[in-house]
Amino acid sequence: MSLAAARPIADGLFVEAGGELRLLGSECDRCGAVTFPGQASCPRCTSTDVSDRLLARRGTLWTWTIQAFAPKSPPYAVDDPEAFEPYGVGYVELPGEVRVEARLTVADPDQLRTGMAMELTLIPAPGVEPDVVTYAFRPVDGEAP
Amino acid sequence: MSDVGVIGIGIHPFGRHPGVSGLDMAAVAARRALADAGVRWEEIEFAAGGSDAAGNADTSVAVLGLTGIPFINVKNGCATGASALATAHAMLSAQTADVALVVGFDKHPPGAFNPLPEDWGLGAWYGETGMMLTTQFFAMKIQRYMSEHGITASTLAKVAAKAFRNGASNPNAWRRKPLSEQEILSSRMLNHPLTQYMFCSPGEGAVALVLARGQRLRDAASRPVYLRSVAFRTRRFGSFEVFSPSIPIESAPSPTVEAAAAAFEQAGIGPDDVDIAQLQDTESGAEIMHLAESGLCQHGEQELLIQSGATELSGRLPVNTDGGCLANGEPIGASGLRQVHEIVLQLRGEAAERQAPGPRRVGFTQVYGAPGVSACAVLSR
Ligand SMILES: [Zn+2]
Repeated sequence: MSLAAARPIADGLFVEAGGELRLLGSECDRCGAVTFPGQASCPRCTSTDVSDRLLARRGTLWTWTIQAFAPKSPPYAVDDPEAFEPYGVGYVELPGEVRVEARLTVADPDQLRTGMAMELTLIPAPGVEPDVVTYAFRPVDGEAP
Repeated sequence: MSDVGVIGIGIHPFGRHPGVSGLDMAAVAARRALADAGVRWEEIEFAAGGSDAAGNADTSVAVLGLTGIPFINVKNGCATGASALATAHAMLSAQTADVALVVGFDKHPPGAFNPLPEDWGLGAWYGETGMMLTTQFFAMKIQRYMSEHGITASTLAKVAAKAFRNGASNPNAWRRKPLSEQEILSSRMLNHPLTQYMFCSPGEGAVALVLARGQRLRDAASRPVYLRSVAFRTRRFGSFEVFSPSIPIESAPSPTVEAAAAAFEQAGIGPDDVDIAQLQDTESGAEIMHLAESGLCQHGEQELLIQSGATELSGRLPVNTDGGCLANGEPIGASGLRQVHEIVLQLRGEAAERQAPGPRRVGFTQVYGAPGVSACAVLSR
């Protein structure tokens, strides 16, 4: 799925840069701490000198779970427990940067293990508007679980 | 060494009590604690208490009697009860008062807590895309921990089975039906690797404690249990906590690690001396991780400890002898004080059917909650 024909669920989370989808984080100019989403001040050293940073597209799965029941709405976008389909959630460690929490494209526990290679992608955001997308990570092709 | 002790304990049963307000439950617990201490309400010189969702604690003085005492309302999330306890402990240690009452209560509607992203400084997208769930966080923390330290799903189930077994012999517990390891493992998977019966539920209940110092402590009707220390910490940068769209790779210890270390240091008592412990068990995995975070064992050692029965009532280190949050539910304001209530009962040797055998001299309590707070206490005879 490309960003060109889609609307991001929120501004400032991800962008297309050089033809590639990238998460948009921030990096502290003083201590180097990286956050996602970007913050105006550093949670590590309290500095307000921070810059935007495009995060790595690939990383490894640090931990994960399967959301097997319908979340309450609000805050979840969909209030229809009958139609709910389980989905994966995890933290992906982007080497040298940060661990990002994200939806996963896989919802089968047998296809997930900590340490597996993951890559950034887009998925339709939960809700009624079909063209709204959010970021997610998918297992890198050929990576056996 | 602390000159402060618990001389009276009172509890309103946990569970669901339609038509009974949180404040009503608080008044019941307070009267029971006063009766247990042999102290009249007019003798209380200081009080602290609170609830997360059931009103201001000092409103209960209208029920107990308007005596003009200083009363501090506490509202501090999952650390509400422990913060009230820490406040009273500090006031007594400073000799500002000789006899104090601490009360914690709550009344939550059925179902999971329903936090909103805006209240946590997060964009609406975080909730809309289905990541604003505490249960997901707990599952992901134990999932990582299991892969790092070789903890099995069987051990998760054993923690819950123990909780319901202990709850069955606790007349004040909410869930009093024992469940087998197999029933727990085969209950509905909510957030892999955690099943339905591995999670606690929001509930209702109240606990009160009477604390005393100096001569009032020595004159107490029942043999006092000393409150050796109370320590309270919040998260540092790098601690893995709930509702975090990202976490740094450079990790920091959980606030429990620092709160427990501080509590042991202030008490002059080490984790090896602990004979019985009540640990935050929002879900099975939490009890496992908190055992090591508190210093009661090494990381990874829980697998053998729990499989060998060391944390059972009859074991070397009984944990959550009253059934913990799993069997009692979690009325936030009351939960931390319930742990102290249980330690006092056990150290007095008055826990009846669920009394841990043998001499038990040192007890430890630990609460933990969002967004990364922990409070620990050391008690001893
Ligand atoms: Zn910084």
